[in-house]
Parts: sequence; structure tokens; C-alpha cells
Amino acid sequence: MLEIRSLRKVYGGHGRQVEALGDVTLTVPEGQFVCVVGPSGCGKTTLLRCLGGLLAPTSGEVEVAGQPVTGPPDGLAIVFQEYGRSLFPWLRVAENIELPLKSKGVGRAERRRIVDESLTAVGLGDAAKAYPWQLSGGMQQRVAIARAIAFQPKVLLMDEPFAAVDAQTRADLEDLARTVWQRFGMTVLFVTHDIDEAVYLGQRVVMLSASPTRVLEDLDIDLPDKRDQLATRSGTRFAELRSHVYSRIQEAKIARPGS
Amino acid sequence: MSRALGRAGLLLGLPVILLVTWWFASAGSKSFYQPPLETIIKVFPATWTAARFRSDVLPSLGRLFLGYGLAVLLGIVLGVLIGAHRRLRALVEPLLEFLRAIPPPVLVPILILVAGLGDPTKVLVIVSGGIWPVLLNTVEGVRGVDQVLADTCRTYRICGWLRMRTFILRAASPQIVVGARQALSISIIMMVIGELLGATNGLGYTVVQFQRGFEIPEMWSGVFVLGLLGVLLSLAFTLVERRVLSWYHGVRAAERSGR
Amino acid sequence: MTTPRVARRRAGDNPALLGLVGILAFAALLEVLPRAGVLPAEYLPPTSRIVSALLDEFGRGSFWQAVGGTITTWLLGLVIAVVAGIVLGIVIGSVPALRLATASTVEFLRPIPSVALLPLAVVLFSAPIRSILLLVVYASFWPVLIQVLHGVTDIDPVARETALSYRLDRWRRARYLVWPTTLPYVMTGIRLAASVALVLTITGELLIGGTKGIGERIAVAQSSITVPSMYALIVVSGLIGVLANVATRRAERLVLAWHPAVRREFPL
Repeated sequence: MLEIRSLRKVYGGHGRQVEALGDVTLTVPEGQFVCVVGPSGCGKTTLLRCLGGLLAPTSGEVEVAGQPVTGPPDGLAIVFQEYGRSLFPWLRVAENIELPLKSKGVGRAERRRIVDESLTAVGLGDAAKAYPWQLSGGMQQRVAIARAIAFQPKVLLMDEPFAAVDAQTRADLEDLARTVWQRFGMTVLFVTHDIDEAVYLGQRVVMLSASPTRVLEDLDIDLPDKRDQLATRSGTRFAELRSHVYSRIQEAKIARPGS
Repeated sequence: MSRALGRAGLLLGLPVILLVTWWFASAGSKSFYQPPLETIIKVFPATWTAARFRSDVLPSLGRLFLGYGLAVLLGIVLGVLIGAHRRLRALVEPLLEFLRAIPPPVLVPILILVAGLGDPTKVLVIVSGGIWPVLLNTVEGVRGVDQVLADTCRTYRICGWLRMRTFILRAASPQIVVGARQALSISIIMMVIGELLGATNGLGYTVVQFQRGFEIPEMWSGVFVLGLLGVLLSLAFTLVERRVLSWYHGVRAAERSGR
Repeated sequence: MTTPRVARRRAGDNPALLGLVGILAFAALLEVLPRAGVLPAEYLPPTSRIVSALLDEFGRGSFWQAVGGTITTWLLGLVIAVVAGIVLGIVIGSVPALRLATASTVEFLRPIPSVALLPLAVVLFSAPIRSILLLVVYASFWPVLIQVLHGVTDIDPVARETALSYRLDRWRRARYLVWPTTLPYVMTGIRLAASVALVLTITGELLIGGTKGIGERIAVAQSSITVPSMYALIVVSGLIGVLANVATRRAERLVLAWHPAVRREFPL
């Protein structure tokens, strides 16, 4: 579903060049939930923006559903980290979710049905008429997720979506992300800097090295499909996986090449 | 009840005190140029009759609304165009910086020279002054649209007129409104100046006729009417602004309460 | 969209150069159109004739007197308005009861168009300079006052409580709390007032006359129908405006260089 081959991205300007992505190759089969984790500043967001067609890579190829990415690809939605800035503050919650459908040309009655359904799916059935800024941060991110669901994407990219909410809300939102994925069966690429979150959520965890970024290790998470904040997180396998990922990323930080 | 009374007291207290002071201070005034307030109020009904309203106030208002409307419309259209194109902006920015620094009233002699003394010139005079704040503020507003929202639009394929209507214009609206408010007060000023420098009817013309004819109390009453016009239009503007920018004030309030 | 595109960078991306091109293109257009007969040359003279009229003006002593006169009136009016605005703003702003009591009066007086006072100014003062100053001060006083009022009420409540808990006296609170918070607003007010004051100075000179100034010179050029010098003087008024804007912006940046926050400008 997602194909990334030798992706390289160099930012430059005023004589200084920063290599954000060194050489990243990664494949995500359809329907998989993959977490990408790496030290902060390792180009996770750059990777995601290249995938979403928001940023042109310096070299390498990116394909979504077999089509090379030149602009935002069909059937792909992104949930941004900055929930406060990714919702239109002048539109009510329902209108925010409805807007992408309008540009898709979905009829009015159908739009209303989809909006209701996706709001219910994220547990915000009664917030349709509120404005985003009247909601808490966690609820705003729920709206952003509802908007993504309503768009009915085949691929859902999530860019550190829960980094800015408090711990309790975060646990709820993590479970929501799993539920949504299981229910709608889309391919999910979830970028985070939080190792626990990556191991808890993913079927697979892709570890990135610090810049210039490469894939450090691609690890299958052999935890049972049914996950639970308490039971899963206190299990021994979770602890093993977690410390494995943790030590790899620590190594990567210490052995940072070329800095 | 007593609270409402207190509010009314605070609201009206100072204006009433000022007016009463003026009334008594000017009561015995023998000065030709500073007639008693009583005299000014007495000439008011005889001066501002329905006929005068039709012959002078309405034409002025018509030119004002037409000129102001055109200034806002042109300012927004050009501002969006310039704000959205980086190179065009670089091309015209210094030129605009210069053009807006020219005090608009000095253009009035030129406009009269080129376009004559008719109504179109007076509308043009208002446009020439009112367009700048709208134009420059729109450019700033469009340039400053949130990047995350712009990415959201690209991802969800919101483009064309839908994007203009639901994203660009709304995102820039707080700035546009600031410009439109400045443009309103400038437009009133330009309306008066256009009529001072050659007209056969209108509010500004009437007041200057009173001044030249040494009808001093009538002139004072004309100044009242002009002042009242400014106050009423500013009030109307505030009402419109509250509707258009209710979301913006909501966001600001939410930010202040530290969510 | 935000991508820095090094590879695709061209000479055409230099904003300063593009800006120069824009101005030159505008000048060239105003040269060609009247000459080609698209615009009436007697009312819209080509750029070259405006420039030569401008150079003529530069050679005249009376022109420089007019420039001096305009700048003097402008600065005088601005200083009066700024001092009055700051003093009244701080007094009214720091006393809540006073703020409430004056709010409606301020809201009523502020939108009165300054030129509405023009006939009054003319009959009240026999000296034209005073009439002009009345307009200038009236128009430029409000931006300062409003900004200062916003500034004084913007003081961080936590900072205020900290100051009180350390028992800073009234003078020290004003010195270390009120003034630094208000200063950015004061600077914004001065910047807005400066451009309003200049517009009103030149407008007053144009409409009232009787003082040495650019506005009056424009009126004279208009009545004697020396069109190119009229345009030249308008260009001069624009240049003075640009200089005033640049100067106030510089001053603002200089004074606020230490300031951590970029303050929002309040709509006027």
C-alpha cells in the first residue's frame, strides 16, 4: 500500500544544508498499523509530509496504492499534531468534518449521515454544533480523527497526534486509534517519539536513526491483537519489546554519525 | 435593578456632565463664533429638515456607501491576489508602501482635474482613500494564513472557490475587518473633503456654506451631524464585526482562559 | 509550500530587486501611457516631466521651507497628541472606575471624523497653524490613547500579584511593571499616530492654507495649473510619508529590542 524507496530529503538555504532524511526504504502492506519512532528531530515529520504529498523529496520514490506521489494522493488523510491549528476555528465541528466531503462532491443527505457516523465513532455524538475552540484539546483531536474517518481514506497518516494532550486523555485516544483502525480497516502510519505508545499501538515498529535518517530496525510486535492499557502494558512481552526499542534508539543517539 | 442603574450611570454620567457643563458655560456667550449650546440646539430642527435630508444628506450617504463598498471590494480582491503570490508581492510591495504613504486628500485636486466635478469623481475620491487599509491588511492576512490549515486543505483536496470561501477569506477576515474599519473612517473623511473641494450638494458642502455665510450656529449643528454620522456608522460596523468575527473572539477568549 | 527551494532559486527571487523592478515598471508605464496618448498628457504628465519638475523644486529655497514647515507642524502636533495620549491613557487605564466612566465618551468622540472639525477650527482660531494643529492633535490623539489603555489593562495578573507580594511600592510597580508592559503599546500608538498626523498636517495645509507647507504648495500648484509640479509635490508628500513610516518602525524596533513578546496590534 505504501512504498518508500531510497527516500532522501535535504533542506537547504543560505548556504547551509540539512539532510533530514538520509536513505529511507519502507513498505507498508494494506491494512497494517505501523508505528514510526525515532529520537526527536530525526525527520519523522518530513517523512510523513513526503508521504502525504505535501513536500517534494530530494530523491527517491514514494508510492501510495501503486501510484507515485506528486501531490496529495487520493484516499489519504492526515491527522496533524497541532489539533488547535488543523481545525477551522470559524466552522462548527460538523462543518469541519463535512468540508472535505463537500469538495469530494458528496450529496447533502449523505454528508449528514457520514458526519453523524464518524462523530459517533469517536464518541462525540453531541458536539456537532460546537466550535472547535469550545472543546478540550483531546476532544479537538477526536474531531480531527472524525474528519479523517469521514473522508474514508485507504491510508491514514498520524503525525504525533497525541503529543500535546495530557496522559489520561492520551491513553483514551490511543485506544480510539486502535478501534478506528480495526473498524474501518485502513492502513495506518503512526509517527511518534514515544516508545511506549509505538509498541502499544503498532503491529510493527519502525525505528529511525538520528539525522541523516535511516531505518534502524523494523520490528514486528507480536502482542495479541486485543490490547488493553493495563494488561498489555504490564505484560512481560511488552516490557521486552519496549526495552529493546529503547536501547536501539539510545544507541542511535550515541553513535550519531557525522555530528 | 440597582446594578443596571449603576451601569447606565457609568455609561451616561460623563457625557451628561460634559453636556451640562457646556450648556452653562456657553449660556451667556456673546462670542460670535462660540454660540450658546441652547442656540445651536434651537437651530437644529430648522436646519436639518426632511428637504435638507433629501438634498444633502442622502446624496452624501449614497456616495459614501458606494465609494466605501468599492474600496472594500477592490481592496479584498487585489489583496488576496497579491497576498497569495509571493513574487507578485515582492514586485509591488515597495510601490504600495509608497502609494499608501501619500496622504489621500492630496490626490483630490488631481482626481478633479482628470475626472471633473461630478459624482463619479467624489466616489473615486472615497475609493482612493479607503482602498489602502483594506488592501494592505488583506495582503497581511492572506500571507499569514496558518500553514497547518493550508496543509489540511491540500490533504483533503479543498481547492478553488471552496478553499477561497471557507479558508483564505475566513482566515484573513480578522485582518480584513481591521482594514475595513480604518477604511470606514477614512471614507467619511474623504467624503467630506471631496465635497469641500467642489460640490453643489452634500453634508460637507452644506457645512462649509454655513461657515462661509457666517451662519455659525448652523455650522455647529452641521459639525454635530457629521460627528453623529461617524458615531452611528462606527456603531453599525461594530455590530457587523461581532457577527462576522464571533469565532475569532471565541478563540481569543479560549486562549486567554489558558486552555 | 514552505519548502526552501535551493535548486530552483533564481535571480528573480530576490525580493529587493523585484521591488525595484516593480517601481521602475510603474514609472515606465506612467511615462509611456501619456506619451502614447492613452492617458491625457496635460492632466497626467509623463514620469520624466514629473521628475524634472521635482528637480526644479529641489533647487528652490521656498520648497525646502515648505518641507520644513510641514515637518515642524507634524512633529509639534504629534508630540502634543502623544504626551496627552500617554498621560491620560495611564491615568484612566490604572483607575478602573475612571475607565468605566470614560468608556462611552471615548467611544463617542473617537469616530467623529477629524475634518468635521475643520470649519470649527477655521472660525475658532485666526492663526491657520492653530487650526491645523487642532485637526492633527485630535486625529492622532486617539490611536495613542486607545493603545495605552489596552497596554495598561494587559498587565499579567501573575506579575501584578508577584509585585504586590514582594511589597513593591506604587512608584516601583509603575517603573518595573506598568511601564514595561505598556511600552510596546505606546510604540504602536506612536507609529499609528505618526502617519495619521502627517496626513492631517498636509490635508490641513491643503484645505486651510496660510502656512508654509507642502499641502499649501500643492493647492497653489493646483490653482495655477502647473500640473507637473503638482505631481512632483505629491510624490514628495509620499516620500515624507515613507520616511516617517520607516523612522517610526526603526524607533519601535530599537526601543523594543529587549522585549520578549511581540504585541498584538489592536484594531482601531
